[in-house]
Amino acid sequence: MYKALVYVTLKPSILDPQGTAVKKGLESLGFSDVMDVRVGKYLEVSLEAEDKQEALTQVEEMCKKLLSNPVIEDYCFELVEG
Amino acid sequence: MKFAVIVFPGSNCDADCFHVVKEVMGQEADYVWHQDQTFKAQYDCIVLPGGFSYGDYLRTGSIAKFSPIMIEVIKFATQGGLVLGICNGFQILTEAGLLPGALVRNKDLKFVCKDTFLKVENNETPFTLDYTQGQVIQVPVAHGEGAYVCDEATLEKLKANKQIVFRYSTSGGETSPECNFNGSSDNIAGIINEKGNVLGMMPHPERCAETVLGNDLGKHVFTSIVSWLKGGRRNGE
Repeated sequence: MYKALVYVTLKPSILDPQGTAVKKGLESLGFSDVMDVRVGKYLEVSLEAEDKQEALTQVEEMCKKLLSNPVIEDYCFELVEG
Repeated sequence: MKFAVIVFPGSNCDADCFHVVKEVMGQEADYVWHQDQTFKAQYDCIVLPGGFSYGDYLRTGSIAKFSPIMIEVIKFATQGGLVLGICNGFQILTEAGLLPGALVRNKDLKFVCKDTFLKVENNETPFTLDYTQGQVIQVPVAHGEGAYVCDEATLEKLKANKQIVFRYSTSGGETSPECNFNGSSDNIAGIINEKGNVLGMMPHPERCAETVLGNDLGKHVFTSIVSWLKGGRRNGE
């Protein structure tokens, strides 16, 4: 059993109004040194696989086909056992 | 002419589209459930209505593209059949790869429900031939994620191929940045695929298709489809 920790983020070229709003919120709290905030998604996918390589291949495909939209998003993930 | 209105869990403009096709246009229409594996009749046009299919989970339209009927919709579109995606339908079409680009959160993060002015940038499509080139029409929008984005190369291609069909404008037809309430690239409100048979638009023409509603300019999207189909080019065959 493996667990994939998947991070989906907006491409740098895509404006992130949520991130801008969060940045303003942080500034109003006094965190005046905040340069930028980008809001993304975090997903945990538990899966059964023969070995780590097969799990990697599967998660890669999941990211490409559904978890992210390549037009607007980038993804990366970590794979942990158990 | 026979229209199919696809119903996803969370669609909420399906009845409006059905009503316009059947009652206003006097054409045949069927609701088609998203779980259907095949079309039970032959259709001339498929409508993907607005709403919040699958609760907009993950990304708008991202789960709907895997509905069984979408395989048939994609096949129909590939064969040249007319497909109209309105609002969530537009989002589904981009997720399904039938239209380029994507739709993201409105720039001010607000759900915007209001009348907008659209400039008809291309009236030589099956969906706009009953409009005049450059005509300005008033059509309501209702979306939180309607900012159209695509990369530079795609935008250039859209422009070069006249694939930008509707742009947000002033009542006088100026496509100024002030009219771009949701932050779309180049004020884009609706685009068509390269082949010219799949149209996606965020505004709702089905909500302004009768004079009793105070405005019936949206009706011509539907009359255009019928006019075009009557021109002898039956699709999906």
